[in-house]
Amino acid sequence: MATSPNKVAGAGSGSKSDASQGFVYLPLIAGWLVPGAGHFLLRKWGRGALLAASIMGMFMLGIAMQGTVYANAHEILEFLGLAGDLGNGMLYFISRAMGLGADQVQVTTADWGSRFIVVAGLLNVIAAVDAHNLRTGRKA
Amino acid sequence: MIFRPSHFAAVLLFALFASVVFGITQRETPRRMLHYGAYCFALFVGSAIVLSWLMYLIAR
Repeated sequence: MATSPNKVAGAGSGSKSDASQGFVYLPLIAGWLVPGAGHFLLRKWGRGALLAASIMGMFMLGIAMQGTVYANAHEILEFLGLAGDLGNGMLYFISRAMGLGADQVQVTTADWGSRFIVVAGLLNVIAAVDAHNLRTGRKA
Repeated sequence: MIFRPSHFAAVLLFALFASVVFGITQRETPRRMLHYGAYCFALFVGSAIVLSWLMYLIAR
């Protein structure tokens, strides 16, 4: 009865020690700050390049469509938009610092652009979590 | 630079970028990533077309 759990625990700790060398959250943080960087750290060059191109492309198209980069959270919808935008990491902070994006939506494409920017942030969070899962060995 | 795509072009771009990320993050092997990405792209574009026709018919 006692051997089975010990055997499982022993096998788990062995693989865990291999996977937990260094700071395991580095790909997660790097991937959040710079799209694709988490995968680059893990030498997944192709996946990282595709993720970076997709997320940065979506973000830049959103900016080019004059989408809103949320800065305040006075209403619940603005708060959700801000939360999504923050998922872009450094792209968000750079765009804020450079004053990119429109303050108010004035044309139809600007509304789509705002959604592009928010969704780019959410996709970046998914990509960063994927890099973390690769780092911990949860995903091959 | 101002980019003003048509509504359908915006749908295609959105579907393309989201499908690439979904394919890479939700599957493990390159072959399955490609299949899942194509599946997501078809679902994004297909559902947008179906919903557009539904709204058009409801509005009439």
